[in-house]
Amino acid sequence: MIYSLSLLLILVGLYGVVVNRNVMKIVLSLLVMEHGVHLLLILIGYRAEGRPPIMDATTAATEFAANAVDPLPQAMVLTSIVIGLGVLALLVALCVRLYQRYGTFDVTRMRRLRG
Amino acid sequence: MIEVIAILILLAIAAAIIVVETTNLLFSVISVGAVGFLLAIIFLLLGAPDVAIVQIGVEVISLVILVRATMGRDVEPAVGRRDFVGMVVAVTLVVAIGLFGMQIFADFPEFGSSVMERVAQAPSNTYLREGLASTGTPNTVTAVLLDYRAYDTLGEVTVLFCAVMGVLAILRRKARVPLGGDDATEDRK
Amino acid sequence: MNGNPSNNGMGEIVETVARWLRGFILVYGISVVLYGHLSPGGGFEGGVVIACGFILLTLAGGEQQGQRFFSRRMALGFGSAGLLIFLVLALIGMGRADGAFLQNVIGTSDQAWFTLFSGGLIPLLNIGIGLLVASLLFLVFTLLATVGTAPEKEDPEGDDS
Repeated sequence: MIYSLSLLLILVGLYGVVVNRNVMKIVLSLLVMEHGVHLLLILIGYRAEGRPPIMDATTAATEFAANAVDPLPQAMVLTSIVIGLGVLALLVALCVRLYQRYGTFDVTRMRRLRG
Repeated sequence: MIEVIAILILLAIAAAIIVVETTNLLFSVISVGAVGFLLAIIFLLLGAPDVAIVQIGVEVISLVILVRATMGRDVEPAVGRRDFVGMVVAVTLVVAIGLFGMQIFADFPEFGSSVMERVAQAPSNTYLREGLASTGTPNTVTAVLLDYRAYDTLGEVTVLFCAVMGVLAILRRKARVPLGGDDATEDRK
Repeated sequence: MNGNPSNNGMGEIVETVARWLRGFILVYGISVVLYGHLSPGGGFEGGVVIACGFILLTLAGGEQQGQRFFSRRMALGFGSAGLLIFLVLALIGMGRADGAFLQNVIGTSDQAWFTLFSGGLIPLLNIGIGLLVASLLFLVFTLLATVGTAPEKEDPEGDDS
C-alpha cells in the first residue's frame, strides 16, 4: 500500500531525529519528516485519473467536479511548506548560536544551560 | 501510474536513509535536496502543480541556507550515534510506531478514491462545484486559500512573520551600546 | 572555506549573467503572482520565485550588490507593507452591515471570468501575500547566509560556573 511508503519516510526521519548526535543532522531529519507528512497528505487527496483542480474555459462545472483531485489538502500543504521554511530558518539560527556558544555541534557535549 | 509514484517514493526513502546514516554533513544536505526534488516530481504526477512550484522554490532556498550554515563549521565532524541503550530504545520506538501506523492504514480505502467521492457533504465537493461561480477564480486552490479558508492564510502569514522576527532576534549582533561594561556576553534586552 | 565568499561575489562572468537574468526572473515572479487566479500560481508561489531572484543577485554579486538593490530595511518595510495590505483588505468587508472578516466584497460579473481583472478581492490579496513572502524569505536568507562561515568561537565558558 502506498500510504505505508510515506509512513516509512516519516519513520526514517523520526529515527534520524532520535539517534543522531549532531544537532545539524537532527534538523535535517526533521526536514525529512516534514516531507513525509506533506507527501502523505497529498496522497490522501488523490483521485484516480484525476486532473489538477484548475479550470479552463472549456470545462463544464459538473464534469470538472467529477474529475478533479481534492483541492483542500493541496491548499493546506502549500501553507505548510512555506511555514516549514520559516521554521527551518529559526532552527538553523539556533544551531549557529549553539555553535558560537559551545564550539561544537555535538548534543552530548552541550551540558549547561545559561541563565 | 501508481507504480511510477511508488518507485519515486522508494528513491526518496533511499535518499532519506542517506541523510540519516552518512557521516559527512554535506552529503546529508545534498540528499535532503534530492528528497525535496523527488517530492516535487511526485506532486506533479499527483495533479498538484501549485504545490510543486512552492516545493521546488522552497527546496532551493533551504538548500542554500543549509549549505551556508554547515560549511566551515564542521571542524570536528561530531557525528555518530548515541550509546547502545539509546539505539535500542530508538529502534523499538520506530518499529512500534510503524506497526501501529500500518494497522491504521489497513483501514484506509485504496489509493485513488478520495474522501469526496464517498462522503457527499465533503467541503471539497462544494469547492469544486461552485468555486468558479461564487468566487470568479478558475484556480480552485487559490480560491480555497484566499476565499473559503482565508483564515488559514492569515495564520500562515502570522507564523511566517513571527519566525522571521525570531531569526532577527536570535542573530542580533552585539549591542551597539555596551551594557554595563562587559562585552563578552550576549545582549539580551 | 577561505574567506567569506558572500562578500566577494563570484567573478565578472557570473555577475553579468546574473544581472541579465535578474529582470527576467522578477518579471516571471510578478506574473506568477498576478495570474495566480487563472493558472497555477498565486501569492506564495510567486513570492518564492521573486525571493529566489533576489537570492541569485546576492549570491552572484556579493553581499554589497544584494544590499544595494534591496537592503534589509527595505525588506522589512516591504514585508510589513504586504501584511498591512492583507489586513486592510480583510477588514474592508467588516464595514458593511452584514459583512464578515475577509469577505470577498468586490463582485465580478460572468463576462469577466478568465480575464486578469476578475476574481474580486483575490488578486489584491495575492499581491499582498506575494510582497510579504518575497521580502521575508529574502530577509531570512540575508540574515542566515551572511552570518559568516568562519567559526567565531567565543570563549567557551566551559565547565566553570
